[in-house]
Amino acid sequence: MILPDEPCPGEPLPILPGHSSPGRFERVLRSGTFAVTAELAPPDSANPNDVYARARVFDGYVDGINATDGSGANCHMSSVGTCALLTRIGYAPVMQISCRDRNRIAIQGDVLGAAAMGVTNVLCLTGDGVQAGDQPEAKPVFDLDSISLLETVRTMRDQHRFLSGRKLTEAPKLFLGAAANPFAPPYDYRPYRLAKKVAAGVQFIQTQYCFDLSRFREFMARVRDMGISERCFIMAGVGPLASARSATWIRDNVPGIHIPDSVIKRLSRAEDPRKEGKQLCIELIQELRQIEGVSGVHVMAYRQEEAVAEIIDRSGVLEGRVPWYPGRDKANRYRSALS
Amino acid sequence: MYSVSRWSVRHARLFEILYSLFEPVLVRLNPVWSALGYQRVEKPVRLIEQLFKELLFDCRMCGDCILSSTGMSCSMSCPKHLRNGPCGGVRLNGNCEVQPERRCVWVDAWNGSRKMKRGDRILTIQKPMDARLQGHSSWLRQARRVGQRGRQTPGRTQ
Repeated sequence: MILPDEPCPGEPLPILPGHSSPGRFERVLRSGTFAVTAELAPPDSANPNDVYARARVFDGYVDGINATDGSGANCHMSSVGTCALLTRIGYAPVMQISCRDRNRIAIQGDVLGAAAMGVTNVLCLTGDGVQAGDQPEAKPVFDLDSISLLETVRTMRDQHRFLSGRKLTEAPKLFLGAAANPFAPPYDYRPYRLAKKVAAGVQFIQTQYCFDLSRFREFMARVRDMGISERCFIMAGVGPLASARSATWIRDNVPGIHIPDSVIKRLSRAEDPRKEGKQLCIELIQELRQIEGVSGVHVMAYRQEEAVAEIIDRSGVLEGRVPWYPGRDKANRYRSALS
Repeated sequence: MYSVSRWSVRHARLFEILYSLFEPVLVRLNPVWSALGYQRVEKPVRLIEQLFKELLFDCRMCGDCILSSTGMSCSMSCPKHLRNGPCGGVRLNGNCEVQPERRCVWVDAWNGSRKMKRGDRILTIQKPMDARLQGHSSWLRQARRVGQRGRQTPGRTQ
């Protein structure tokens, strides 16, 4: 898709009527196009080139790049810093904000700072507990939770004020996201929790890894019945598994990820488990795409980021479109001059 | 008292009834609390409240009680202090991500709320906590709030 008002790197797009952000990602979703996002793990480094190198592997295949915020309670470059670097060269990052490490004063400040740096999408998360990471002795903050965080950012955007009521001279223009996990108990409460997030202002959802399609279908049916899928864009989370062993480890050690036995069995039978993992991911994407109310996929390929391009390409969900990346149009011009 | 608090959640409806009888008394006593001075009665009332609620609900005295909206399961005993529902880390057996040996507070809360008449209050969005209320009496706060409004409105404390 080429937008007539495609950006110069770092320049915001005009905000179209009914849109809330000057970003490309919101436009893709609102145009009814099946969107693709991928997760970037910020480096343990102070070198900006490490961030760019990690983003470049997604070039031409994603509409947005999620920058995680201390995922798994491990320390990495901050999501604000990562996103500020990405916007410099025109990428559309989705800034993840976790409530684990910062209180409401710090978070509201970061939201303003990020918006000033050109960030147009944020993903409001509660965050993993500190026990999950390499510094379990840290003090967990959890001053807000994902829902009160959503409300806070929405207040800043729509009412032009901090939670305290103090006025903002310029509001952050953001597209608001949050996560959903249909695969964790209490299952019958999960759609209501999503409804709560919609009431708190969520505009797009990225779900936890979907491996259990029947549970996901059930969840989506309920979500459609409640009319939630019309009020936000739901992107299904997917990712390639490297082997049966790593899948079992993830299932046992990473809270909130449910991998059915059938998936693990299929991987253990495969000759090349890595290839099988990718194939499984591609099939999942194709099936998820058929589910009514699913507006896109979010690929979390931790330590297999270079596989994302191949997975998306082979799944065919882009239907020949090339999402924007720095240099895309230059490459196109060059190609059309040659032909 | 973990086992007692789990029992209380299983009997959420009973506590809903008890509290609906208790709250009007608390509010009607507003003139008494005012005459004595809210600050002066704070300490003794807080002690009584703490005694009851710690025993029955594993209360953390957050000072902004929402037990009636959380199926009588205290959301402050969640390690993430979540007040708007369970996180995505709940284990398949319904236990907590942070404390695997304990039941998720919100799994209990959801079950408790299904037993209550006004259990759908679990669906309302809770505002961020006021950290200054920590250690204060929720009962008195409720009595003062409703009493000063001069009319009886549905309470949110227990």
